[in-house]
Order: sequence, then C-alpha cells, then structure tokens
Amino acid sequence: MSAATETFDEPGVSPADAASRFVRDNAWTVGLLILLVALLAFTRFIQPTYGPPGIQGLAIAVLPLALATVGQAIVVISGGIDLSLGSIIAFITVVAATLMKAYPELSILVVLGILLLGMLVGAVNGGLIVITRVPDIVVTLAMSFVWAGAALLVLKTPGGAAADWLKELLKGYVLIEWVPRAAVLLVVIVGVIWIPLRRSRLGLSFYAIGSNQLAAFRSGVSVGRTKIASYAFLGLFAALAALSITANTGQGSPSVGQYTLQSVAAIVLGGVSLAGGRGGVFGAIVAVIILQLIRADMAFLNVNSNLATVANGVILIGVVMFGSLLQIRRERAR
Amino acid sequence: MSVATAPAPSGRSPYLTAAGWRRMFRDRPIVPLVVLLAILVVLYELVRPGQVSPGWAGVIVRTAIPLAILAGCQVITMLTGGIDLSVSAVASMTGFLVATLVGDLDLGIAILIALLAAGLAGLINGIGVGVFRVHPLIMSLGMGLVVFGFTNAWQLIRVQSGGGVPTEFRWIGSAPLTFAIGGGDVNILPPIPASLLLFVPLALIILFGLRRTGYGRLLYAIGDNPIAVRLSGARSWQVLLVLYAISAFMAAIAGFLLSGGVNVASVTLADSYVLPSVAAAVIGGTSILGGRGGYGGAIVGALILTVITALLSALGFPEAVRQVLFGAIIVAVAAAYTRVTGEG
Repeated sequence: MSAATETFDEPGVSPADAASRFVRDNAWTVGLLILLVALLAFTRFIQPTYGPPGIQGLAIAVLPLALATVGQAIVVISGGIDLSLGSIIAFITVVAATLMKAYPELSILVVLGILLLGMLVGAVNGGLIVITRVPDIVVTLAMSFVWAGAALLVLKTPGGAAADWLKELLKGYVLIEWVPRAAVLLVVIVGVIWIPLRRSRLGLSFYAIGSNQLAAFRSGVSVGRTKIASYAFLGLFAALAALSITANTGQGSPSVGQYTLQSVAAIVLGGVSLAGGRGGVFGAIVAVIILQLIRADMAFLNVNSNLATVANGVILIGVVMFGSLLQIRRERAR
Repeated sequence: MSVATAPAPSGRSPYLTAAGWRRMFRDRPIVPLVVLLAILVVLYELVRPGQVSPGWAGVIVRTAIPLAILAGCQVITMLTGGIDLSVSAVASMTGFLVATLVGDLDLGIAILIALLAAGLAGLINGIGVGVFRVHPLIMSLGMGLVVFGFTNAWQLIRVQSGGGVPTEFRWIGSAPLTFAIGGGDVNILPPIPASLLLFVPLALIILFGLRRTGYGRLLYAIGDNPIAVRLSGARSWQVLLVLYAISAFMAAIAGFLLSGGVNVASVTLADSYVLPSVAAAVIGGTSILGGRGGYGGAIVGALILTVITALLSALGFPEAVRQVLFGAIIVAVAAAYTRVTGEG
C-alpha cells in the first residue's frame, strides 16, 4: 500500500493528527457509522415512539446474523468463503435445542459442547478444502447439502428447548435501558475472541494467507493449518449464532433462514474484500445493524415486505458499486 | 492436441500410463464422466431390477434438461471467472410472468415480455460485473434478491389473474414427442421428451459458440488472463455485458420448461436449482476460477446429478440422508477430478 510510509509512529504526533489518520484508515467504517446514526435519527423521526424497547428488539434481531457475519468475515479475510454457513447454523441449532431438552440440568456443559461441535464442524469444512484442494466455494456449496441434511436427521420439525438462563441472557438491558443486554453480549463476545485473535500470530496469518498465499507460505506460515483454523473460528461463531437463535426462539428448527447469503452481503457492505486479506469485522457488524434497521424502518413505513427485499438487493448492489467506483478512481489517480 | 506430440515409449498407447490417464482426464473430461454415468445407471438397475428402460431414460433426460440449461449459465459465466447466482430467481420470474400474463395477452407477447424482463436483469448484472467490476457472486446475488422481490410484488398485484401455465409450455416441458400416423397420435419408441426440441439446438449453439467463435474464445481468455485480454485490445466489459444477458435468456428458457414440466408457476419454482447448477458445471470439469472447461461435461454432469437423485430415492433413504449423500458425492467427484488432473 502506498500509505505504508505514513504508518510509522513519529514522536510528537498531535492527537488531532492521530484522529484524522484513524478516520482516513477506517474511512469505510466511519462512513457506515455516520449512515447508522442518520438512520437512527430517521427512525426516530418516522416513529416518534421508537425508544428502548425498539432498540432492545433490534439488538436481539441483529445478534445471530452479526455473530454469523463475524465468522464469515474471518474466513473471507483468509481468502476463503463458506456457502454452508446457514446449514451449519441450522445443524448446530437443532443439536443444541435437542440436547438442552434432554439434559436440562447439564445446560452449561451442553453449551460448552456445542461450541466445541461448532469448531469441529468448521474444521471439517476447512480440512476437506485443504485435503482435496478443491476451491472453497465448491466444497462449501456441497457441504451445505450435507449439514442441512444432518440438521433434518436430528430434527424434522422445530422442537427441543433452551435453558432458561440462556434465554435471560438476551432479554432486557444493562444499567440504563438504552443499552440492551444482547448488544453488550455481542460486544463482549467479539471483544473477547476477535480482538486478541487479530493481534495474535494466527490472526496475522489469516490476513497473510488471504492477501498472498505464496508469500505467506514463503515467510513460514503453514497455509493449510491456518486455513483450517479460520474455518474452525467460523464454526465457533456459527455455534454462538446458533445458541443465540435457540435462546431467542426457545427451540431449534432445521430451517433457520438465509444466513449464508445475508452474511456475505453484510461483510461486503462492511468493507471486507471478497478477494481476501483486507477488512475487519467491525464494519461488517455495523452493516448488519444498518440492514436490520432498514428492514424495521420499512415495516414502520408500511412498505410491502417484497419491496423491502428489492431494497435490500438495490442497497447491496449500489453500495458495492459505489465502493468499487472509489477503488477504480483511486487506481486511476495513482 | 498435445496427445499427438507426446512420444509413446515402447509403442504402447499413451493412455495406458498414469500420466496418459491424467492427460486424458484433462483433455477429454467427458470420457470418465460418461463412464461414471454408465456405472450409476448400472447401479440403478441393480437396485431396481427391470426399471431401466427407454421410458425411464426419457424421464431422466426430461428432468435433467432444465438443470443442464441452468448449468450452461454457470459454465459460460464461470469460464470468465464469474458465476451467476441470479439464474433461479430469473427462471422462476419468467415462468411466473408468462403464466400470469397469458390470460390477457397473446402467448407470444407474454413470452416476449418475460424475455425482456430477463434480459434487463442480465444486462444490469453485466453492467455491474463488466463496468463497475463488482464481484460476480455479489452482483448476481443482489440481482437475484431484486428480481425475487419484484416477482413477489407482481404476485400480489396479479393474485387471481392470468391463465395459468400455457398448454404449449406443458407440452414442451412434459410431453413425449408424438407423430400423427394414420389419423391417430402414436408414440414413437423410445419416448423422446419434447423439451429436446428446444435443448438440442441450444446446446449445439453453446458448444459451437464456445469452441469456434471469437466470442467464445474471448470468454476463455478473460478467465485465463484478463490483463492479457485488455492489452490485446479486447473490451472485456462489452463481452461481459452480453455474456450475462445471454445467461439470463438461458435461465428464462429453463424457467419456461420448468413451469411446463410441473404445470405450476410459483415464485420459488427454480430456487432449489441454483446450487445443483453450479455443482453440475463443476462436476463437468469447468473450473470455478475461470479459463478451463466446456459445456459437454456440464450436460453429462446434469445427467449424473439427476441419476444420483433418482438412485438415492430408489434406495429408499429419507430426504435427510439423501441430502447428506448428495453433498458428499459432489465433494468426492470434485476431489477425484482435482486429484487426477493435478490442478488445484
């Protein structure tokens, strides 16, 4: 990058300079945040009663997709893509709900087991990609059938149960009623897992194999193992998403919705490059909130839900076109 | 071909060595695919003795044709390194549009409107991919959402109107070819699906177009080395614009056949076809990274997937097990293919 020379921390940099540099480096995320604030103001304008209950509902609706999107972002940053994410979430949801119904007194052990299962399922996907050397998109496409079938094997119709403490984890607020508990949960989960991960050697390796596999290999990164690890983390976040769905609905269902496509859409809106090696998870999470808020606004405005689908598609295409237009202009200017 | 120039030591056929096998798989992917198809048919006969007949083959071919057309959309876009995930939405839309319009309008005009709508969706796809350089996965995904939403909104407007799936579609989608001999309709044996009348010319055009025309060559070139294409003066954005429009037209034809085949026009008619269409193209030896592949393999791939589906239901497995096995078989075939050709 041409900005590489500017990233040295020179002594005596004023806070204003540091702030402007932060804005420049994270322009896309900052833009998304401004859009989010504008949308919140707009929501308040069209629906004057929109307050803490609305925010709490929004946070609960956002949580599963946001967690799934973090997982997808990790894999895409590492140069892959997982088109079986929705099926994985469905599979883990039904397993979690079934186990919690069967062993209600062991629910903490079940939750831990589910997180391990998620990592295992993700690692199976990653391992197959590494072993067969078939492109990620093909393997995960085929695995989407496998995990969806496995989900149907466990539960044909919605059923099972969720532990009460898990349900309580999502409801209500923390300290003041404007801070929903689900949002705090999201921040804590991402803060505990992603931030240390990104600063670790493994996190750096994710970016390395995503931007240039050969260069990463030659600098001593074990490409195969890193790739499997990235898919294992996707599985972990898929399990977290599945648990939040189970907690919210109180049961497990073999058809959970279009998490695969929505997660891909959200990471692209969030500024993660599908070519790999670039982007972070925070922009993607903001994008999830924006998409959900637009859906809520359309409901307030009594817009036909089908036209809301159209709007989602148009927003996705429009924002991505805008982004690549900026990219093209930057390349020309160079 | 490179086979001709390779020296064959000790006078044996070059195909009898491991490297020879590998070369054959790479140059002629259709040969092992046809062998696999034959093995699957034999397996089916073992599971259900006496079932394999010309009539059965006719049903398999008829079921496979819409999938083969949609796989064609994936082949031509994958050759350029792209993909078209909007095919299912476009196919459902065209079938649905014709069925709802045909009561008030002529069949020809209804088809024309449906084709125009499909072409518009394809052109926007092409503008996004070609001009704005949006990733094809995202572009066609977003376009699929837009088309699906509009079709749903249209469904609400025209909820009780329209003449249903036209009889012409039902004939071409599901009937066997008949000939009028001596006043009465007599089925010719074996029963040949009428949809072949549409599919054979289409397949020939694609096969010929990819191999013998400059446009087809450009598709391979863009997938192989886009920079070289630009430096040699070709305007790849124009090629992509036309390409995605062609893909949408093919999806429209598949939509007509599908709605005729099941005599139902619903907005989710072709939804379950998008993943198998990609799978058929991949099994048929087209690289998802672009630059390598062809349509012949994808046709056999569509037949293989159809026979596998028939085989799995003949074995009496529940839906869940069928899905698991279906996915596992796709991974296994793709893995075997990559291993044998040595391309990753």
